[in-house]
Amino acid sequence: MNSAEKNVTQNITQVIAASSLGTLIEWYDFYIFGSLAVIIGQQLFPSDAGASALINTLAIFAAGFIVRPFGALVFGRLGDLIGRKYTFLLTLVLMGGSTFLIGLIPSYSSIGYAAPILVLILRLVQGLALGGEYGGAATYVAEHAPVGRRGFFTSWIQTTATLGLFLSLGVIVLTKNLLGAKAFADWGWRIPFLVSILLVGVSIYIRMKMHESPVFTKLKSEGKISANPLKESFQKRANFKMVLLALFGATMGQGVIWYTGQFYAQSFLENTCKLDFNESRYILLWAILFATPFFVVFGSWSDRVGRKWIMLTGMLLGVVCYRPIYQYFLDATNVKEMQKTMLQTTSEPVVERGLVKDKLDSLVTTTVSKTLNNGMTFKESTIVITPEDVLEPIPEVQTVIKDVTLTGQSYIMVIVLVFFQVLLVTMVYGPIAAFLVELFPTQIRYTSMSLPYHIGNGVFGGLVPFIATLVASFAGSTPLSGLWYPIGIATLSFIIGAIYIDNKVDNNVMD
Amino acid sequence: MSALKKYLGILWMLLGPVIIIFLFMQASEKIAAAAEGIARTNTTLQWSIIILIFIPICAGLVIFGLYAWQDEYNHLPESASDLNG
Repeated sequence: MNSAEKNVTQNITQVIAASSLGTLIEWYDFYIFGSLAVIIGQQLFPSDAGASALINTLAIFAAGFIVRPFGALVFGRLGDLIGRKYTFLLTLVLMGGSTFLIGLIPSYSSIGYAAPILVLILRLVQGLALGGEYGGAATYVAEHAPVGRRGFFTSWIQTTATLGLFLSLGVIVLTKNLLGAKAFADWGWRIPFLVSILLVGVSIYIRMKMHESPVFTKLKSEGKISANPLKESFQKRANFKMVLLALFGATMGQGVIWYTGQFYAQSFLENTCKLDFNESRYILLWAILFATPFFVVFGSWSDRVGRKWIMLTGMLLGVVCYRPIYQYFLDATNVKEMQKTMLQTTSEPVVERGLVKDKLDSLVTTTVSKTLNNGMTFKESTIVITPEDVLEPIPEVQTVIKDVTLTGQSYIMVIVLVFFQVLLVTMVYGPIAAFLVELFPTQIRYTSMSLPYHIGNGVFGGLVPFIATLVASFAGSTPLSGLWYPIGIATLSFIIGAIYIDNKVDNNVMD
Repeated sequence: MSALKKYLGILWMLLGPVIIIFLFMQASEKIAAAAEGIARTNTTLQWSIIILIFIPICAGLVIFGLYAWQDEYNHLPESASDLNG
């Protein structure tokens, strides 16, 4: 390697490190909310709201995703007008500030409905900021990358979304283990939000030292910057047709594969399979840890064989494999059936007596811890509600399973199956930044690539947990019904992508 | 392949309105089935958001179908000059 090549490599390494760190922190900020959806639901809504609290929280969560396309338009336009560097500095400040403030909002019991309203506003700011961040970082790295290696270099940016999720899960698990479950639910959940301000401070310092993209600087010096990026992106038929193709043939399917593998999987294990809080997160952490290198593998591979078929294979495998995978999750955690033949020990019952909130009906909860002969453990609570306002009351009895822990083979198998889903994520997501950058010209690249990316990811992908939970709550649905949403969207995207997209790698992004 | 791209355009143009009609039918069914009070408000809000988001996306699908029908995707641009032309 001669000195010129060494300088290029050193330069691109610094560019990737600085861009990736900021993007990683933005994703961290964004995902701690999703990872804590259940606890935030309890803090922000009336305590007897039950499932509606979760759905409402997911709606707020989804709202953060829905505004991402608007962030893409606002900041994409700025990025094409004033440059990549200052635009994604601004998005970083907005993201860090709003995340920190979420950690300071008083709970529903202190300020009533002002709590969810404030969080909703801050969540919208987060969504706007994220909408501006990713396109800038991907464009910035791609415009620095040498010819023929764009997939490899941009794939480092692609790892940040998953690593941001990894970091958010890690901080949450660590905080919970240090504080204990009760303190964490009461106030400890705020710590991951507050920590963000330190991370953002470091990232702003690093990004301040970065230079503007050379391609954009050249364009600027030649006076060729677009006067109206929005108009050029979406009113010119030749460009708009590519925006639509990118959305329906790639990012839409990529979005649902991403969120099914990394969000819905964990949500399903915790809420439907009733897996223990920590265990569902450990499983995802292991899966992410082993799968993350494959972003770079598939990104690099796409430089040689093209982007299209790697991404579409990931979508197709998701379509075919999701239902068997989630059926296994259900079977592996079906302790209700297993205990009929495999029950080994039952602990002394713990009885709690009280009243149903805002009523005089008595509430008796009896909880026992059970162990099966295969080593699995779980808690079974029998809840008896006796109405007090009738002469001959008929008690209502509910049995609830929670805190299921897996052992041995089934634990490994669940990790392998979540790993496989994250592997599909790396297939669809690893090459997509290079794919999008190559579709659009420099003058309007930030705007043009940001919109389909954030509609695909933010709207189609971000709504996976919300729509899947909603579908699974319909009368007559099964726990697997929610999967029809990602399967349907990925199928449609696969068909459009396979028929309409070229497999060509465009080496020239200087145009 | 060109003919397939073209005629599938009709399918995409039809799919847009079909999805919106399906969403409206689902929404009215679920809102009617929800209990009066806060539950119904929640359901109405959730479905309104979903429909509001998907209307422009489905309009995009119709335009995509129209472009496909007009053979716009038979040749994809190879450089910025193709896009600017």
